[in-house]
Amino acid sequence: MIGELWESLTDALEGLGSVVHFLFRLVVNTPRVLLRFSLISQQIFNSGALSLIIIMLSGLFVGMVLGLQGFQLLQRFGSEEALGTAATIGLVKELGPVVTALLFAGRAGTALASELGLMRATDQLSAMEMMAVDPIQRVVVPRFLGGVIAMPLLAGIFSVIGIYGAQLVGVQIMGVDSGSFWSQMRSAVSLSDVTEGIVKSFVFGVACSLIAVYQGYYATPTAEGVGRATTTTVVTSAVVILFLDYLITAAFL
Amino acid sequence: MRKSRTLNLGTGSFVLLGFAALFFLTTQTTSHGLAVFGPAHYQVIAKFDNVGDLKVGAPVSMSGVEVGRVTKIDFDSNEYKAVVLLRLNERFNKIPTDSDASIYTQGLLGGKFIGLTAGGADTYLKDGSQIDFTQSAFVLESLIGQVLASFTKQKADEQAPARADPKATEKTK
Repeated sequence: MIGELWESLTDALEGLGSVVHFLFRLVVNTPRVLLRFSLISQQIFNSGALSLIIIMLSGLFVGMVLGLQGFQLLQRFGSEEALGTAATIGLVKELGPVVTALLFAGRAGTALASELGLMRATDQLSAMEMMAVDPIQRVVVPRFLGGVIAMPLLAGIFSVIGIYGAQLVGVQIMGVDSGSFWSQMRSAVSLSDVTEGIVKSFVFGVACSLIAVYQGYYATPTAEGVGRATTTTVVTSAVVILFLDYLITAAFL
Repeated sequence: MRKSRTLNLGTGSFVLLGFAALFFLTTQTTSHGLAVFGPAHYQVIAKFDNVGDLKVGAPVSMSGVEVGRVTKIDFDSNEYKAVVLLRLNERFNKIPTDSDASIYTQGLLGGKFIGLTAGGADTYLKDGSQIDFTQSAFVLESLIGQVLASFTKQKADEQAPARADPKATEKTK
């Protein structure tokens, strides 16, 4: 019993250690990959531009729900004008980065993990090594960097669309005054709120992309293994995102 | 070639859209927009006995129109006064040197801001000049304290003759 517990603990530590080691390898290879920017820009397209539709749609609906719920709540205190502030702070600091990261893990993270896992299963990675092409440099780092760059941009787009959605419901439908909606928002939201959101989305981008490429790269080279790698990517990403979210929020307070 | 062109176009427009969103968030949803791409400005100093909970970034207004912002609040340990740095828009460069600065509260429980009232001097405030006439923040707690003190004093005054009166009337009976 204690032996099993000990074993699972050492397994977890070993996994964490190998992720950190993998991240180190990626960072060491980053400068060389930056010189071939076309590889990265292709990956920005794959994980960023292709996630745009789902991010924008989700952002719009999250913002609209915030507008509706916020209005119902604030109306009780007769301060509907604070809706802009409430929705913007909620979106920029929390919902934008977190929901975008969760969607990103589901949309782009799984794609990365299954792509790399399939490359592993069909021996494409080994073939590259045979041709003296480093698969980390040629395949993994561009995907990782593409995700890291795309994530803050996606979170920013999510927040902006969300604010528009809150404005749509609050101002256009519920009749909150447009002037006070924007001016109260502007006087209450500070630059550090926006910075916190950007820092969060950047950290989530690193975490999501790292987990996805790690799981894909070290996937068991079978059909089942690729499937498991994809599932683990989504589950681990979601837990890690929420955990990091708490840490960063506490650090910024 | 064609395919890579559409790919680059997609990537480019995505990155542009993303940065536009971040730009919108930093300049349009916060009051910071004024500071980053702010118009020409000049800075003046005002010393207050008490600034209350005045914050950096609070507006400076004249007749209710915003003319600048508070950029720094410091403490002068020689004079024991709060030193407030005001950044005023260059457009409003005809503010007399003997204008006075007071700290007001927006609404009942809102934040503090600085209101300038024009004086009558012929010389105008320049970069680095100091506003000499200042009025401290209105601190709600000390005001409540004063009101309570005056109430208890009033009560004591009322009770003292009232206690003396019955005896006087008894004596006359």
